[in-house]
Amino acid sequence: MADNVDDDSLYTIKEGDYVVLKRGDVFKAVQIQTKKKVIFEKQWFFLDNAVGQLYSTTFELASGGILQPRKPKDPESSTDTKGAGTDNRNIQDDGKSQKLTRDDIETLKEQGLKGQEIIQQLIDNSSTFKDKTEYAQDKYIKKKKKKYENIVTILKPSCRILAMMYHGREPGKICHLRYDTLAQMLTLANIHANSKVLVFETCAGLVLGSVMERMGGFGSVIQMYPGGGPVRAGVESFGFPAHFHDTLHEFPICHLNALIAGTLDTTAKDPSADLKESDMAAEVKTEAEVKTEAEVKTEAEVKTEAEQKGSPEEQSMETNSVADGSLVPKKEEEEEKRREAKAQEKKVKQEEKRKKLAAAASLLEGRNADGLVIASRFNPCPVLMALLKFLSPSRPFVVYSQYKECLIECYTKLKEQGGTVNLKLTDYWLRHYQVLPNRTHPVLLMSGGGGYLLSGTTVAAERSKPAASRRDEEPAPKRQKVTEG
Amino acid sequence: MSFVEYSDCIQDGDVAIVYLGHESMTPVKVKRGAQTQTRYGVIRHSTDLIGQRYGSKVTCSKGGWVYVLHPTPELWTVNLPHRTQILYTTDIATITMMLELKPGSVVCESGTGSGSLSHAILRTIAPTGHLHTVEFHQQRSEKVLEEFKEHRVDHLVTVRNQDACKDGFGVTGVADAVFLDIPSPWEAVRHAKTAMKKHGGRVCSFSPCIEQVQKTCEAFSDQGFEDISSIEVLLRVHDVRTVYLPLPDFGPDPSAQIQPDSTITPPQNHASIAIKTTIPPRDIQGHTGYLTFATKTQDLIIIYLHHKYTGCIL
Repeated sequence: MADNVDDDSLYTIKEGDYVVLKRGDVFKAVQIQTKKKVIFEKQWFFLDNAVGQLYSTTFELASGGILQPRKPKDPESSTDTKGAGTDNRNIQDDGKSQKLTRDDIETLKEQGLKGQEIIQQLIDNSSTFKDKTEYAQDKYIKKKKKKYENIVTILKPSCRILAMMYHGREPGKICHLRYDTLAQMLTLANIHANSKVLVFETCAGLVLGSVMERMGGFGSVIQMYPGGGPVRAGVESFGFPAHFHDTLHEFPICHLNALIAGTLDTTAKDPSADLKESDMAAEVKTEAEVKTEAEVKTEAEVKTEAEQKGSPEEQSMETNSVADGSLVPKKEEEEEKRREAKAQEKKVKQEEKRKKLAAAASLLEGRNADGLVIASRFNPCPVLMALLKFLSPSRPFVVYSQYKECLIECYTKLKEQGGTVNLKLTDYWLRHYQVLPNRTHPVLLMSGGGGYLLSGTTVAAERSKPAASRRDEEPAPKRQKVTEG
Repeated sequence: MSFVEYSDCIQDGDVAIVYLGHESMTPVKVKRGAQTQTRYGVIRHSTDLIGQRYGSKVTCSKGGWVYVLHPTPELWTVNLPHRTQILYTTDIATITMMLELKPGSVVCESGTGSGSLSHAILRTIAPTGHLHTVEFHQQRSEKVLEEFKEHRVDHLVTVRNQDACKDGFGVTGVADAVFLDIPSPWEAVRHAKTAMKKHGGRVCSFSPCIEQVQKTCEAFSDQGFEDISSIEVLLRVHDVRTVYLPLPDFGPDPSAQIQPDSTITPPQNHASIAIKTTIPPRDIQGHTGYLTFATKTQDLIIIYLHHKYTGCIL
């Protein structure tokens, strides 16, 4: 049942917490670490003082990068505007209306004036401010506040905040998946607690994390990952409790053919043999091989940025250290020991990896997953066709792509081979509104597109025409509709 | 079967969705001995449904066939009996994310209406959350409770027959999120605040008219809500089609090499190319309603925010 107790500790910022910094519409995900400098919106500060405060607290930035919880202000301190004009007929754009220069403002800042005080100075020194309409004055103050108020709000991460953050800051990392499109995916795939969901994504872990949030640590999520290891920087940012990670499984997509064919050996005792096998499998796979390499590269990039825990070691790093050792003959013995220790460590890691693989494989082998979510840079059609096999009948799936054409291909193929109903190709239109007394209208800029979705429901495969489903090419059009003009 | 947990097989007492083909579906209450008429003939529940796997093909008496699907809130939304105007999946998905709903969330909703959103909320907050839903129409509140029972989600929901604007939600300090879909949401904003946890939460109001949005935003500001944001989301469907584009006849091309067998050209008159593309439906839903979201912060800060807002507007 729901806990009706408002426990403060649940809402208190603690050291080690993953949080999101917010100023205006700008977000940044960070971890609370004491004595660690954080750079946000061209300013640096320390998060030490945030520890022990409640989430959603707004802080003021004091000199030396110190955060101070913003105090409820005296109502008298609101900006003094001294009358207003009726329209802009007398306002000239000559660039001379503001008497304060850039340097003057910098001096004011150095004197330690607060944002509010600087704005008051700007108003007092503006020759046109008093002639502006009250609406224009309001807009002016808002704009200056954004620029001179040194505040930052610390939020608890959520799917909503992280999706908006990624979309605003690094849309390329999440395949330009807009937050409202992600919202549709989670609903269309009927993501909920106590189900078994397959996820294939190259969206930095944002989609995976969102799925995990909606499952609340109940059920299981299997991440099907391409390349050397699963990318999960985004999942970390959600700051899930430890038990959530027990529900997360991973399966390398390069073993999928073997799993489908029933030849996947998860009992291999010799890890190196297993490794070779996987290498061979990767070589045999012609499809998107180049992309797989690119994937590994981006993964490495992400890793250096977000210090991923528990990710498998890069093979290249291994060979480098061996080469270094052979160059220094003096330390050969030490090197030998280190190498042995490393080999041992590698063995343990390989064993762990094998166990994980076996666990994920056994989850997949039932072919009774409850949902499938795909959002990647890869051509979705082969991924969808391969992964649909693992769903129970009467279960929803959703595929995201930045491009409509590849979803048309998926649609065509599914229509041809059967086994799905309610196929729908959609995209979404999102508009923000400014709502102010007598000034309500759509916001001037809007997103041009948030990507496309193909959604549907699986049904029992038809046994009547198995031959048709094996064909790769498009079916011949049923009738030629050529009208002579 | 439950709307919050999948089952493999159809059982007596389930609600199943019969898929008749191309966006044509109908909900069926599965009952031993009962029959359902479809355009493809009769479905006999005892033999055709009970014990069958969800998603399987069922052959009807006239030889036609249908698929029987496991119910989901999304299938329910397009199949439920309308007693009011309802919220559709596009808005529901946006509301669910923007209200930050997840397993364990406590949610207040008014009005319940036909229960389209309620089912989606229940799916998301199960198994540990709770929905307090308020509906001022007595019959509707009774009917929806009956449905919650049939859909085996009644343990997650409390239905109250009262007016949210006058009497609030019947709870204090427990909600993580509040959703308003009533004619004058601004009258319920203070009740929404009361229902929410002292540490804050998210609120959403759905209104078809911009004047309602205007008043609601003012009420949110007055009550100290932050991050007030109004949006509109529309679904755009793309129908996949193969279209044939004819090629015009440019007449004989003198510059081309004249083959002795030049009479082969006529087929070009009938030439066309086929392209796989998408077309929009002729008419689409161009407006459903505006969604206004806001955040309630901790109770302490509210006095200050109130002043800030009035300072801004005057």
